[in-house]
Amino acid sequence: MRTQVADPPVTRQAAVDIATIPFLRLVRVELRKMYDTRAGMWLLIAIGVITFAAVVLFLFFANARDLTFTNFVNVTLTPQGFLLPVLGILVVTSEWSQRTGLVSFTLEPNRKRVLLAKVVAVIALGIVAVLLLLGLAALGNGLGSSLQDGNGSWSFGAEGLRNVAVLQLISVLGGLAFGMVLLNSAAAIVLSFVLPTAFGFLFGIVTSLKDAAPWIDLGTAQRPLFDGTMHGDDWAHLLVTSVWWVVIPLAVGAYRVLRSEVK
Amino acid sequence: MIVIEELSKRYGAYTAVDRVSFTVEPGTVTGFLGPNGAGKSTTMRMLVGLTPPTTGTSTMLGVPYSQLPNPGRTVGVLLDASAQHSGRTGREVLKLGAMVMGLPDSRVDEMLAVVGLSDLEAKRRIGNYSLGMRQRLGIAHALLGDPEVLILDEPANGLDPAGIRWMRGLLRSFAERGGTVLLSSHLIHEIEVIADELVVIGRGAIVAQGSKDSMLSDAGTLVRSLDQASLATALTDTGLAYSAIAGGGLIVEASAEQVGMAALAGRVVLTELKTGGSGLEDMFLELTADDARVESELERVAS
Repeated sequence: MRTQVADPPVTRQAAVDIATIPFLRLVRVELRKMYDTRAGMWLLIAIGVITFAAVVLFLFFANARDLTFTNFVNVTLTPQGFLLPVLGILVVTSEWSQRTGLVSFTLEPNRKRVLLAKVVAVIALGIVAVLLLLGLAALGNGLGSSLQDGNGSWSFGAEGLRNVAVLQLISVLGGLAFGMVLLNSAAAIVLSFVLPTAFGFLFGIVTSLKDAAPWIDLGTAQRPLFDGTMHGDDWAHLLVTSVWWVVIPLAVGAYRVLRSEVK
Repeated sequence: MIVIEELSKRYGAYTAVDRVSFTVEPGTVTGFLGPNGAGKSTTMRMLVGLTPPTTGTSTMLGVPYSQLPNPGRTVGVLLDASAQHSGRTGREVLKLGAMVMGLPDSRVDEMLAVVGLSDLEAKRRIGNYSLGMRQRLGIAHALLGDPEVLILDEPANGLDPAGIRWMRGLLRSFAERGGTVLLSSHLIHEIEVIADELVVIGRGAIVAQGSKDSMLSDAGTLVRSLDQASLATALTDTGLAYSAIAGGGLIVEASAEQVGMAALAGRVVLTELKTGGSGLEDMFLELTADDARVESELERVAS
């Protein structure tokens, strides 16, 4: 065991002469923190496996004429969209639940930068998830037409791509926002499942709320994205419901993270 | 150098830290001593910007901590060795720190060697670490950026006696090379062997501060002899004030030399003669008695 750290004197360089931590470095660190723990690694694996499983199940159990690229994409969207919020949640809550924030916010006291790095990292992973989904759906569709004599239609277009990206990014950012508001993994995960379901249920049974649903319920507002029928009003619905479900929680969460005491 | 000025933290009506001011000079190890809940950790969190102070300021090398461009390269911090993701390996924690600070991977290996964590231990997940191993990892993390200032909250907690001795050597050599060290503890024995300056805090406010040596001499001299009555007479003859303590010794308000001379004059055989007679421990308990929780109860029962 050595007792000396190093021989040269400790004092060398004026503190302020050291360069600021580059933002991209913070993003890289946040990305690494998503897969360097057992929980994080398994979550990423689960997202991959669930996407793959959805494609395989659809390939073997769906009607041959339904085996189109669009349908392959659609059946994977929901199961993947189930786990993406968890990714967003854990990115921020683990700093509190596992108390790593004590180190993270000491090494970079500007919490705004840390939060922004998390947002960028989460969006990057969301994009990777979308690419994985599209790749696996394409593989499924290819196999569908050769193995199952499926329809094999590739019609999808830029609109389809846009819809998928919007859906999954709302999903992962919504998770991040929930995590930031609650700063507790378990609570955030449970609420991010329960709340949208409860809202969907409420708007499903109370018929008098039917007109209000697309302005409040995220599921209702997102339906045209799944169906590929987004039109003028639908964008307004999506925008307004995203304000409730993503933008406001993000703002409240950011306020909490920036102001709260890290213990 | 750390400069703390009038730092306070209030939670509603409760004052956790009350106008704390002190300076930690380069080349010294300053011990921040106080019973549990005295405000040590809150003060340290305020120093590094994790807790916003209600009033007051603090600077590291003349700059507020939050203004340091890459703080890990200037100030090494260990606030809680257990505040790490249990699913991460020890090496990975250092790797992440090195990444943020912009240091090469080789620095990780160097620090693992410095704190004596083996390659095998570094590959294990922190959930499986003992508290002592977590402390070593935390110290490695604090040293990673080759800082000028170290802020360590209860770093000796969970270390075995050999570990405490090792840490004393480490911090001493760090201070001798011009580094500034602030470490907290609620255990006097730990801090007595490591620190040269002391700041004692009780219920949020500083109750004593100064060099360890001057504080020890303020605490008088402990003396024991074969014949306590003759010793007492000898002391009175030389004009030294004293008080008896449990266990048959006397605490004299004078230096060890003065007490020795008095004993020689009175021809009394001494069996023990010690500066800081009541010891830092008694002094600590005395200083914080009003503020401590259990200690004051114990005192009451004992007397």
